[in-house]
Amino acid sequence: MEDKYQVYWKRNLTILTGLLAAWFVFSYGFGILLADQLNNIRIGGFQLGFWFAQQGSQYAFVIIIFLYVFLMNRLDREFDLREE
Amino acid sequence: MDIQTWTFIIVGATFALYIGIAVWSRAGSTKDFYVAGGSVPPLANGMATAADWMSAASFISMAGMISFLGYDGSVYLMGWTGGYVLLALLLAPYLRKFGKFTVPDFVGDRYYSSTARMVAVVCAVFISFTYVAGQMRGTGIVFSRFLNVDIEMGVVIGMIIVFFYAVMGGMKGITYTQVAQYCVLIFAYLVPVIFISIMMTGNAIPQLGFGGTLDDGTYLLDRLDGLSAELGFAAYTSGTKPMIDVFFITAALMVGTAGLPHVIVRFFTVPRVRDARTSAGYALIFIVLLYSTAPALAAFAKTNLIKTVDNVEYSEVPEWFTNWEQTGLLKFEDLNNDGRIQFTGDPATNELTVDPDIIVLANPEIAQLPNWVIGLVAAGGLAAALSTAAGLLLVISTSVAHDLFKRTLKPDLSDKNELWIARIAAGGAVIVAGYFGINPPGFVAQTIAFAFGLAAASFFPAIILGIFYKKMNKEGAVAGMVVGIVFTASYIIYFTFLNPEANNPDNWWFGISPEGIGTLGMLLNLAVALVVVRFTKETPGEIQELVENIRVPGTRK
Repeated sequence: MEDKYQVYWKRNLTILTGLLAAWFVFSYGFGILLADQLNNIRIGGFQLGFWFAQQGSQYAFVIIIFLYVFLMNRLDREFDLREE
Repeated sequence: MDIQTWTFIIVGATFALYIGIAVWSRAGSTKDFYVAGGSVPPLANGMATAADWMSAASFISMAGMISFLGYDGSVYLMGWTGGYVLLALLLAPYLRKFGKFTVPDFVGDRYYSSTARMVAVVCAVFISFTYVAGQMRGTGIVFSRFLNVDIEMGVVIGMIIVFFYAVMGGMKGITYTQVAQYCVLIFAYLVPVIFISIMMTGNAIPQLGFGGTLDDGTYLLDRLDGLSAELGFAAYTSGTKPMIDVFFITAALMVGTAGLPHVIVRFFTVPRVRDARTSAGYALIFIVLLYSTAPALAAFAKTNLIKTVDNVEYSEVPEWFTNWEQTGLLKFEDLNNDGRIQFTGDPATNELTVDPDIIVLANPEIAQLPNWVIGLVAAGGLAAALSTAAGLLLVISTSVAHDLFKRTLKPDLSDKNELWIARIAAGGAVIVAGYFGINPPGFVAQTIAFAFGLAAASFFPAIILGIFYKKMNKEGAVAGMVVGIVFTASYIIYFTFLNPEANNPDNWWFGISPEGIGTLGMLLNLAVALVVVRFTKETPGEIQELVENIRVPGTRK
């Protein structure tokens, strides 16, 4: 039987992989690699690629960290690892 | 009241506040001194981290740099915020669980090696001194511009203030002064920008005004692109740097941020693992408040500047222009003798040289804001410089007292004596930092690239492997760090000191500039470590146990 801590660690790694993929897509993806293509789309006065590089990526980072906090707190509780 | 009086009152009041907090939060033990007793609430730690992280450069220079770089300036915005995702997800919770005092502590214990510990100490001290010299200089500059004292005098005043609360209170004093400093700096940053946003776009939220329209109905950014094209600058919303360089610089800044010892150590000060996660989130919110405002300010100020000065009779320039000309931040040279200012992207015809710092510093005057706002900006710049300086000085002091004396030279040192050594080291570091602030080495700007490059190429991979790769041994980690540091340092030294003429995209490897080379250094570090570990002795069992342990919050049953 796999020990509980190893299962916890694997679940942790899955969460990390997903969130880091989002981190990459919102900054390097939309803000750099695809910026030129996205600049053809406009929202108000912003070209979208430029907006992601100077604004959107930062908001995405905040959301990613709080998602992480939420998912990890849930995982801690599920595995009875919540600290008092 | 005039500007000077306002500035004296506001700066004086904030300094009194910092000293008051320092007296109230004296450190009684090394645990207080190094990690504020490990009892800082996450929200306070978030604010302290934000102030710790946002330096004189973030406050004074960043908006100006973006103003002149346009899209290319995004590397700073993404790089210096995205690093917090790495910190929160990959470092902070595990290092908090590890629960010691310093980054070299982790490197030394995890790799069961005093060599590794010493490599880490040298890097930590080097990175911190590089950084702190700039902060002391920033303090001096703010003093000299707003209060008409010499830069030297300004640096000395800054040294005395920092000395007071860093030496007395250690991390505990620093943490609570940083909370106050964050409030001062963010207020000082936002107030003028909100005013300007309302004046230019009619929107009180700068982040929205940034994408809004001007009086005549054209979008601000379109106008700015148009003006830039007219004057022969590159379009504001599309950069001139090659994409690979933008990519690598962003990555080096992100990874470097996550590897900076004075930021990492802040996460040792919260009570629990989950507090480390949450406080990284709070820290980023507080940072993004400034970092998402900066590009808006950059665009407002650039538009404003072009409209106010281009092709204007020199005899008719507004008063602020003449004021800032005296400081040397603005230089006008009438090349074609027509008595008008030509501001263009072509060096042969451009008559106006603008120091990027002016965007934040002169902003309230350009926008004709009341005098108290100008005093506020001075207090904000000082808060940003002093809070970062204090955090860095603490890293230097801990590295000397804890990692060098207690852990390496004299393990039987008593807690009381260790605390004394820490205080003396902090005092010594203040003096050295002040010396460099007064006599700055000519290469301060380049050394910042150095600090980030080294943090990226040394600490970050060593810590990540230490947590996520249980079998990583000391041979692999040390070899990786040494290769990463030597490679990154040589590349930067070659292009910035030995052969600066060759510092252009034609000679760079794969088109990566020295600012971005830390990313490659990090990849090399990882590669070398992963190869060496295959051919050397396996990590001892108790270390693997330690790694298992830091991966899980709470006590393992």
